[in-house]
Amino acid sequence: MGLLYGLIAVGLALIFGLMDVTNFAHGEFLMIAMYLSFFLFAFFAIDPLLSAPLVAAALFVFGAVIYLLIVRFAMRAKANAGMVQIFTTFGLAIVMRGLAQFFFTPDYRSIPQSWLGGKTISIAGIFLPEPQLVGALVSMAAFAGLYLFIHRTDFGRAIEATREDPGAVALVGIDKNRVFAFGWGLGAALVGLAGAIMASFFYIYPDVGASFALIAYVTVALGGFGSVFGAFAGGIVVGLVEATTALVLPPSLKSVGIYAVYLLVVFIRPRGLFGSI
Amino acid sequence: MDKDFAARRRRDLIIAAVLAAIAALTPLFVKDVVVQNILILTLMYAGLSQSWNILSGYCGQISLGHALYFGLGAYTTELLFTKFGVLPWFGMLAGGVVSALIAMGLGYPFFRLRGHYFVIATIVIAEIGLLLFHNWEWAGAAMGITIPIRGDSWLKFQFLRTKLPYFYFALVLCCLAWFVTWWLEDSKWGFWWRAVKDNPEAAESLGVVVFNSKMGAAAVSAFLVAVGGSFYAQFVSYIDPESVMGFQFSLLMALPAVLGGIGTLWGPVLGAAILIPLTELTRFKFGGSGRGVDLIVYGTLIVLISLALPRGLLSLFSRPKKTGAAR
Repeated sequence: MGLLYGLIAVGLALIFGLMDVTNFAHGEFLMIAMYLSFFLFAFFAIDPLLSAPLVAAALFVFGAVIYLLIVRFAMRAKANAGMVQIFTTFGLAIVMRGLAQFFFTPDYRSIPQSWLGGKTISIAGIFLPEPQLVGALVSMAAFAGLYLFIHRTDFGRAIEATREDPGAVALVGIDKNRVFAFGWGLGAALVGLAGAIMASFFYIYPDVGASFALIAYVTVALGGFGSVFGAFAGGIVVGLVEATTALVLPPSLKSVGIYAVYLLVVFIRPRGLFGSI
Repeated sequence: MDKDFAARRRRDLIIAAVLAAIAALTPLFVKDVVVQNILILTLMYAGLSQSWNILSGYCGQISLGHALYFGLGAYTTELLFTKFGVLPWFGMLAGGVVSALIAMGLGYPFFRLRGHYFVIATIVIAEIGLLLFHNWEWAGAAMGITIPIRGDSWLKFQFLRTKLPYFYFALVLCCLAWFVTWWLEDSKWGFWWRAVKDNPEAAESLGVVVFNSKMGAAAVSAFLVAVGGSFYAQFVSYIDPESVMGFQFSLLMALPAVLGGIGTLWGPVLGAAILIPLTELTRFKFGGSGRGVDLIVYGTLIVLISLALPRGLLSLFSRPKKTGAAR
């Protein structure tokens, strides 16, 4: 379960953690991805696992478009930039939820039969639910890919440089908007991947994103802003803490453990575990 | 400069008095219960947002966890009332004091945090509060508390036949929050807060005790929000954790101030006066469909206003030379 949070958080780690843009609509991106995956299944009988690349590609376009149409202008604000970003993306989240309710109705939906749903696999005598296992593997791959992308490619370096100093970046001929639009697209594609995998074993409804989004923010902040590895570590910590809390406290309180650990960590290390900004 | 400032403050006070007088007279002309309801909510959110603005606007410590204090105010009042028969008036005071103390207790570790780490910490602490109340059997857990009807009276702050007393209390609350802000703006605290917001290091070097001034702002802000929570509980006469401590409350409190003009005296009032009637009307007009049209309209409005007027609606009224200079 922890790596699943990690999977949701990895896209956010890029947008929120590396580019330092607040995105309160991250959960809604997840929701859209889950619906996409659901409809691909319902109409074309494509298993969520197969449709994952499609969903990710669609979300890439969606994320980039949202950036170019809306977020770009929110970042241009000279005053209260933080608040403008918070409330623009929050408004966006409300619109997306409303649209989902309008077009998809508030009903709970699920994908009844998929390759992953409800199956378990036995490795050396330990039974693991398949969806979580696949989620974990994809999550690790996504983190590794993002890490390499940020640290090994020019584009990754451009993203970090743009956050640090947009003015200087413009001087060396990098178009800030192109870099950030690409970053948003990539972040959305990653959450698209997460949504497609989760669609095979979670209920899908317009508000589904909200319950995961906060945990994703906590995961990114716990790991520390500006660090891909931090978000990965944050995901693992969150998963472990949740599992441990579930053993000692009633299930409805399991998130309390995560929140408490976040507070504890930032009180000791005010920049998260591996944060640099 | 100083003369200007003093004149502006006198003018603000006069405008406020006139507005309050007009507001106090509106119930004479507005008899429609739906409209009265909207007016009450508008005044309440104006007051809440004004209180939020003290910590987040003036002092610059963006809190998205003020629902915690709102909920604590509501719960303290109602637990004292239903379990011990303490009158809501005392409960209100108790709720305010409890919230202010908790705000200071939390401020101790929280104010070391900066930026996103601080904002997320405030969200998280309110969420912890929400979950704890959700599981606290004695306080009604997820079922919440239904406030028993003990008859119409100012003493018990319950009114069955008319909404007018609630209206006047909300007006008083709003005026109180405004007046406290007005008063603090020109006090030592007000100047400290703005210094802390703009540049904490510089403020510290000039002898501002940054930590204490943040604590002061947190306590005042939490106290007023908790009083608002008590009022809300009496007004709707039913509370459960989601309805008084949910994350959306934290945002709803911040929204009028942000839309109106964060860190300004009139921003929250202006923001609430526009936003709350709009919210209620869209809900009234489109909400019945159950298909989220009200959400679409509401969300679009928020996006448009935040994008078009990053410094809030109030910036429309300020003179151009100010617009250029401030950052």
